[in-house]
Amino acid sequence: MEFLIITLVKLALITFVFMTALAYLQWVERKVIAHVQVRMGPSRVGPHGLLQPLADVIKLITKEGVLPPHVNTGYYLAAPFLAVFMALISISIIPFGTEINIPAFTVAGTTVGPIHTMMELANVNVGVLMILGVSGMGVYGIALAGWSSNNKYALLGGLRSSAQMISYELPMSLAIASPLLAAGTLSLRGIADSQAGYYLGFIPRWAIFQMPAPQILAFIIFMIAAFAETNRIPFDLPEAENELVAGFHVEYSSMTFAAFFMAEYANMVTVCSVGTLLFLGGWHPLWPASMGSNFVIPAILAGSGAICLYHGLNPARPFDRYTLPVFAAIFFGLAALMLYPPLVPVLTPLAWFLAKLAFLLFLFVWIRATLPRFRYDQLMSFAWKFLFPVALANLLITGFLVALVQ
Amino acid sequence: MDVFFFSLFAFIALICAINVVLQKHPISSALSLVGVMASLAVLYLMLGAEFVAMAQLIVYAGAIMVLFVFVIMLLNAGVEQHKGRSWVARLLGLPAFVALLGLLCYFVQRTFSGTGSVKFGDFTGGGALPIGAALFTDYLLPFEVTSVLILIAIVGAIVLARKEMD
Repeated sequence: MEFLIITLVKLALITFVFMTALAYLQWVERKVIAHVQVRMGPSRVGPHGLLQPLADVIKLITKEGVLPPHVNTGYYLAAPFLAVFMALISISIIPFGTEINIPAFTVAGTTVGPIHTMMELANVNVGVLMILGVSGMGVYGIALAGWSSNNKYALLGGLRSSAQMISYELPMSLAIASPLLAAGTLSLRGIADSQAGYYLGFIPRWAIFQMPAPQILAFIIFMIAAFAETNRIPFDLPEAENELVAGFHVEYSSMTFAAFFMAEYANMVTVCSVGTLLFLGGWHPLWPASMGSNFVIPAILAGSGAICLYHGLNPARPFDRYTLPVFAAIFFGLAALMLYPPLVPVLTPLAWFLAKLAFLLFLFVWIRATLPRFRYDQLMSFAWKFLFPVALANLLITGFLVALVQ
Repeated sequence: MDVFFFSLFAFIALICAINVVLQKHPISSALSLVGVMASLAVLYLMLGAEFVAMAQLIVYAGAIMVLFVFVIMLLNAGVEQHKGRSWVARLLGLPAFVALLGLLCYFVQRTFSGTGSVKFGDFTGGGALPIGAALFTDYLLPFEVTSVLILIAIVGAIVLARKEMD
């Protein structure tokens, strides 16, 4: 019973936070790309456009969903929900941090026993395989959307997407297999835990630095394949605007259209979480806690607060005088929360995990703002003639080195 | 709880399997087959064979069926045209089906008469470690022979594809 309640609470919490994060990921993306291109980005709805995601959600929900007469109705309606479903399953097995211990407390006369729970919904001991399997199923949503729309552009988009995802799954799986050899487990929590500790007291044992076979090459291959798996620039051939109008979702409108976007962003978060857990040591900090790594994230937050406060006191635009001090207060509050001793063992690992996750997500946005799109034949020959052999060679060398050491 | 989930997924698997045959459109049949594979994966998982379950999901539901769907979409295959069934099929269909089912039941009963029924949660050695250990010790020869077989199939496929290009 207690297990059921804890799981339901965690489920509700993760769903709420994750959905909000997905909506704001779009805001971050628009804002970052705008600043890369020396524009303002969304700035009309709310201070600094912060209410833009809310406005977008309301717009998409209240818009009329057009059902074109020539589509294959059942599959047309099922496809976006299949895509979202497959994208959201994976997040349930991602561990975000270490563990939560709440000592026994009394509510309305009844004692609620000491609560001990891990920061994930389920610890599957074949977690990595499950991520691969579910992401492999995710292609059906896009392929079906393209096919059932009964539209040449959509069909081409769906075909490109399936071909691309099948091709890039191979180098991705091989790149994932290399750190697994060193870790010796398939559980995501186990893999992250195997990267705890430091060489010489300060070099982290993250998979990208881990002896005997540092996995930097595998990490790069994984990230390239991740871009292709999530259909992001420079591999967004399935929705190439100048060739295919909008690709597989050209016939979709309102909520069904939003579903595809949600699936894309959810896949981005999942794939970045897996990259963090497998290669960047999960929630383990960059240097030991004895050398003050617990204070890094509060320091960054406090610094951000100070910058906000400075610009709020010397406003460039009239409304900055009111908005920026509020942001500064939020940043200072978060920093203070992270330094509150009982919360340190929970929040510090979580913050490190989220910081790495945010860095990888920023990488996605940064590259979208920087690189042009591949040509389709380049995309395929790159996967099969370059990435695949390199990933295979990396796996062989890793296996050899691991066997040599044991 | 276990029995409930077993019944549910066994039922889904059966319905999907029947649907593969009944559907007129190739895409519907292929997707029903995906349903069969996915429910089979769940059944493996319930029996404690985690690795086999995930391999089923990745290889069959994820890779092979995506290729099926891809090819069907690429060829843009339409709804099947049904001709009238021949009188032989009408006359012998049901009796032959019943006879086949009866034979299957008989042989399963005779082969496995000594074993009791399966209990959920009894078997726990289905992770990647025991399977890997078994593959590379007791079953090394079959494993290597299978790899060579797959390599031959790949080479054969490339040879056939090249011939078509000339």
